[in-house]
Amino acid sequence: MSVLTADTSPPPPAHPIPSPSGHGPASKRITIGYGFWIFLLSDIIMFSTFFATFAVLARATDGGPTGAQLFHQKTVVLETAFLLFSSFACGMMSLALNARNLTATYISAAITWVLGAGFLVLEITEFADMISIGATPQRSAFLTAFFTLVGCHGLHVSLGLVWLIVMMAQLATKGFRFSVLSRLLCFSLFWHALDIIWVALFTIVYLMGGSH
Amino acid sequence: MFGKLSWSAIPFNEPIDMVASAAMILVVVLILAWITLKGHWSYLWHEWITSVDHKRIGVMYIVLALVMLLRGFSDALLMRGQQAVAVGGHPGYLVPEHFNQIFSAHGTIMIFFMAMPFIIGLMNFAVPLQLGIRDVAFPTLNSVSLWLTASGVLLTNVSLVIGVFARTGWLAYPPLSELKFSPDVGVDYYLWSLQISGVGTLMTGINFVTTILKLRTEGMSYMRMPVFCWTALAANLLIVAAFPVLTATFAMLLLDRYMGFHFFTVDGGGNPMMYINLIWVWGHPEVYILILPCFGVFSEVVATFSGKPLFGYRSMVAATMAICVLSFVVWLHHFFTMGAGADVNGFFGVMTMIIAVPTGVKIYNWLFTMYGGRVRFTVPILYAIGFMITFILGGVTGVLLAVPPADFVLHNSLFLVAHFHNVIIGGVVFGVLAGYTYWFPKAFGFTLHEGWGKASFWCWFIGFYVAFMPLYVLGLLGMTRRMQHYDDPSWQPYLLVAALGALIIAAAIVCLVIQLVVSIRTRDQRRDLTGDPWDGRTLEWSTASPPPSWNYAEMPYVEHEDIFWVWKRQAREGRVRTPKTEFAPIEMPMNSPIGFIMAFFASVNGFSLIWHIWWLLACGLIGGFISVLVFAWQDHSEMEISPEEIARAERARETAQAEVAS
Repeated sequence: MSVLTADTSPPPPAHPIPSPSGHGPASKRITIGYGFWIFLLSDIIMFSTFFATFAVLARATDGGPTGAQLFHQKTVVLETAFLLFSSFACGMMSLALNARNLTATYISAAITWVLGAGFLVLEITEFADMISIGATPQRSAFLTAFFTLVGCHGLHVSLGLVWLIVMMAQLATKGFRFSVLSRLLCFSLFWHALDIIWVALFTIVYLMGGSH
Repeated sequence: MFGKLSWSAIPFNEPIDMVASAAMILVVVLILAWITLKGHWSYLWHEWITSVDHKRIGVMYIVLALVMLLRGFSDALLMRGQQAVAVGGHPGYLVPEHFNQIFSAHGTIMIFFMAMPFIIGLMNFAVPLQLGIRDVAFPTLNSVSLWLTASGVLLTNVSLVIGVFARTGWLAYPPLSELKFSPDVGVDYYLWSLQISGVGTLMTGINFVTTILKLRTEGMSYMRMPVFCWTALAANLLIVAAFPVLTATFAMLLLDRYMGFHFFTVDGGGNPMMYINLIWVWGHPEVYILILPCFGVFSEVVATFSGKPLFGYRSMVAATMAICVLSFVVWLHHFFTMGAGADVNGFFGVMTMIIAVPTGVKIYNWLFTMYGGRVRFTVPILYAIGFMITFILGGVTGVLLAVPPADFVLHNSLFLVAHFHNVIIGGVVFGVLAGYTYWFPKAFGFTLHEGWGKASFWCWFIGFYVAFMPLYVLGLLGMTRRMQHYDDPSWQPYLLVAALGALIIAAAIVCLVIQLVVSIRTRDQRRDLTGDPWDGRTLEWSTASPPPSWNYAEMPYVEHEDIFWVWKRQAREGRVRTPKTEFAPIEMPMNSPIGFIMAFFASVNGFSLIWHIWWLLACGLIGGFISVLVFAWQDHSEMEISPEEIARAERARETAQAEVAS
């Protein structure tokens, strides 16, 4: 048995014999992307549990502050802009990766990271402001559900930022090899999925939840 | 320094606990000493612990499940013994505190650490072989899944020695499971064990959905997949859709307990019934995650031992997928007494009855498969027949419980306990034991002893009826579940009979152990040299027993369902398939210790979270992160099997087959 450096070579093509009823195992790239999609779906189901919980508890303020009193639409619009432009930069990074352009990849990854971090700073400030006026997650079930749902999204963004740093270090040390490219593909899927979650979050928490 | 952990966490004053702990520690120490003395560590590490081979991972899952069967069953014996004597002035031998831990641990262990690993083990072993491929989509992730499950098992069992386990029942309903009413570490042990193993299970689901949908061998269209693969697909889709709900729900309860949040508390606007809804949104699909692969096992077993193709393959597939979808719209039947009103209860009652229809379709398919076939009454088909009889009874009592007014009378009674043991023992346990007996020769190259297997089956079958039929009666008489003590002496005779039934099941488990020991000792007489000991129909029987790590020297091309049966028929008709002599090298994933390492850090983190040892948690998190980085920077993840090695294995197999033929 000899050890292969399989990572450096492109994945092997599918079996050449054509068949009428199935094409045999998919390539590694397809399989990895597909598996990651399934993971994202499961993650979205986890979020949907928190959404359902928020919907149930949205009016359970226990005499404490309500969404209408706490939410500032301006901050939320700014947060949304940061996240969406970060996703756009992430899309640019995918294009740069496809073109194997290292400089463009680094620049777009840096923009992705900075905008994502900006989103987090805004969110943390929003949380800190709420906590400073006594609207803590321990105050009421509504705030419990709010902090958990929004915080879970924020935690995902934070993990994504760590992941992006690791991937840039991998790109710097290993170059455009298959494992790095497929992980960056997964990262961009992850980053875009967080946008989808945010759109739902914006609507259900800040628009609908802020109305009562 | 050690958070909430102190010497008082060890139950020195509880003799039963201490004896059980001492016995467990002694057994573990003896096994470790034996491995060290025999010098098996290197073999274990290189061939098993770091293995990413789906067959070995499957075997390890099943070993874990069998060990946990012993642990969970000893809890059952303690409970049956207690209820047999604790009437009137007699307090029994278990104090309420301990009794409550035992029924909670019994349920948790049997579902999460016996049934789940057994099912996942069978899927791991059989699905890639049946699909004609060399491994699952993500072999290293598969190893991580296994070891995270083992980490959950470890934490649950540590609670026996250090601290206590939950006293809240196997689903830890709030408000009882909230910090206010369960201030000790029991519920934390429960939650962190299941969070860690739940992540492992979710990754298994992702892995198998991807494997089955994307990696089938050439020509293996959906309608040519063996039914076991279909049921595995359904079960793993359910895992992907249901386990995130469990993770989120447990996360909420953890936030309530650790940070004073108000999801399920009785104050602050929290809503305990929301937990009960969420947990059953996971919990009802969970019962189908367990039973659907067992339906798959029975489909394989019935077709193989009747020598006929499965009757109504397409209706079997349709029924499987119908159950898969319907399992998400029946959760409320677990708590009709919530007070949701007649309309809601009526909807969920009717949906529950509808889900019995596809299950009935399956029963008829198995019966018609056997009808007109030459049925060979081996151990697996005995389990299949025992299942059909028992499961129908359990299904009927289930439909009875689906009628909301009847449920109002029977809920939380021993009638319910009898019902779900009726379907879980009669369905899942019989199913996994059938699968274990059926695929054992494929995994190890020799068959299990038939006589001891039959003895075990009859003890299971009779023991089940003796143990649980009295519980139906007691439920109708009004005995609720989870009673440490009762005052009505007219219940005692039934509970004595039930205890006798538990002893008969104990005999069944003893027979299983003897069967394994006898079979290993006489393995040379029971070698399976052909790779096809049962005259099988599906691809896994076309390769050697045990299969080489790469499963198939050449990826099979599938042009028909029951393809191996077709090949054998063609061979009898004189159409000889010329054996290949030229082989291409095969790329296989390399072993990796990352699964074991991740589980090590998960165990450390779980333990430090349970006991609030924050510095240890920080170390565990940093250690885990560094391990992931080291793993991510590795360059070599695959190795090549040389054509010479493949050719050698193929020659050996052909020689063995020729010996049998002559």
